[in-house]
Amino acid sequence: MFDDFFIRALVAGIGVAIVTGPLGCFVVWRRLSYFGDTLAHSALLGVTLAYSFQFNIAFSVFLISSLIALILIKLQKRTNLPGDALLGLLAHSSLAVGLVVIGFLTFIRFDIMGLLFGDILAVNVTDLLIIWLGGGLILLVLKIIWKPLFASTVNYELAEAEGLNPDRAKAVFTILMAALIAISIKMVGLLLITGMLIIPAAMARNVSDSPFKMVLFSIIGGLLSVLIGLFSSLEFNTPSGPSIIAAALFLFILSLFRIKQSIQLKN
Amino acid sequence: MSSENILVKLDKVGLKQNNKWLVKGVTLQVGKGKIVTLIGPNGSGKSTTAKIALGIYKNIDGNVEKYTNKVGYVPQKISIDWTLPLRVNDFMLLTENLKDDEINKALSLTGVEHLKNKNLGTLSGGEFQRVLLARAISKQPDLLVLDEPVQGVDFTGEIALYELIKDISDKLNCGILLISHDLHTVMSATDHVVCLNGHVCCSGSPKDVARNNEYKALFGEQASQTLSLYEHKHDHTHDHDGEIKKN
Repeated sequence: MFDDFFIRALVAGIGVAIVTGPLGCFVVWRRLSYFGDTLAHSALLGVTLAYSFQFNIAFSVFLISSLIALILIKLQKRTNLPGDALLGLLAHSSLAVGLVVIGFLTFIRFDIMGLLFGDILAVNVTDLLIIWLGGGLILLVLKIIWKPLFASTVNYELAEAEGLNPDRAKAVFTILMAALIAISIKMVGLLLITGMLIIPAAMARNVSDSPFKMVLFSIIGGLLSVLIGLFSSLEFNTPSGPSIIAAALFLFILSLFRIKQSIQLKN
Repeated sequence: MSSENILVKLDKVGLKQNNKWLVKGVTLQVGKGKIVTLIGPNGSGKSTTAKIALGIYKNIDGNVEKYTNKVGYVPQKISIDWTLPLRVNDFMLLTENLKDDEINKALSLTGVEHLKNKNLGTLSGGEFQRVLLARAISKQPDLLVLDEPVQGVDFTGEIALYELIKDISDKLNCGILLISHDLHTVMSATDHVVCLNGHVCCSGSPKDVARNNEYKALFGEQASQTLSLYEHKHDHTHDHDGEIKKN
């Protein structure tokens, strides 16, 4: 039978995959992958704050990521810099500041590799609760804002003209992204979390012809990645976070054959 | 027009972007069962005025009062990102939860029922335009804002769609704000014409506007004659296969 830590890792991974599926689709549709990266990078600062002031890590990461999102919106209004330059500025400076702060906290022993690439095997029962309760809440809120968010993803002006309030939906979605990064940082780490969002969704795009199917396949792809990744990490003694992302990549490559087939069928 | 029949009212509205007025001092209103047509040359602010009426622009001059939230909109330009797999059926459900037979009915009214399960990216320009129109009318709105609704549609289809628009306005008793440059096909159904060129040049019934000197200066003598010429009736129409149907 599996060791306890492995079961916990599986339960955590499954919980995260169910949430990253639908959110990842929106990240792909709305071209937010770099935005997700920026929020994830800033999470390091959140973690250091949590250690310094004895906060809960997820809570502290959520606060810092939301703050960074807010700063981004302000900077977009105040400067003439393009969005990607601002994102790069925030991503790398928050990562750097986080690492500098760690340098000051010599009295705490940090597992830097665990922070960057995740340490799913160290997940405890509190983490599981945070993942499943937080994840459930994220999905519930996403369901509530689904219509305006989706409509404005297709066409902002249609959504606005027909009274769906897309700006509010966008703001709420930003908060959901910050929350997702907060609950999943421990599992895949801050450098790989965006991969967990994008790769299953990208795989799903290759095999779906409707938004609903894409969300469904994205969840399935995420679940399979977690299962394959974790079992192979156990089998080959590889790091678990990167193994999950590598499994997702493997599924994406498989999905490419499906596209090739459907293109051939058309001709 | 009694005030409870007004759906949207623009009072001296204007929009300034990059220190340039796109439109200025536009006053108009759309009432239930009325078709108001905006005409004007390129860049005269027709689409901008429509978007102001819809509440898309926030930093405007003047006052907009909208008395309904049931709005159907056909934008002039719509760019849809194809990273999103979207069938016609998904698009119909974009802003409203419709029943399947409501979707079928709207699609068949604009003659595109057979495209229901097609991917939006595979449609031709004219087909897409018909889908846009079907989506806008499917929710049975109080106010329809149609920005060049028949662009890219073949000529016979164009006339049929304008007749459909007129029909919808009668049946649903909804108000329509219509933007078009095909003056001669639009005019027969219009109750009120507003001629724009950054500001309201002239407005009134189609006939009044056609006789107006500012209108003639803007569109030329010929356009003015086209308008008066249009006042005749066809004694037959064609269905989708081109078969003749007697009226």
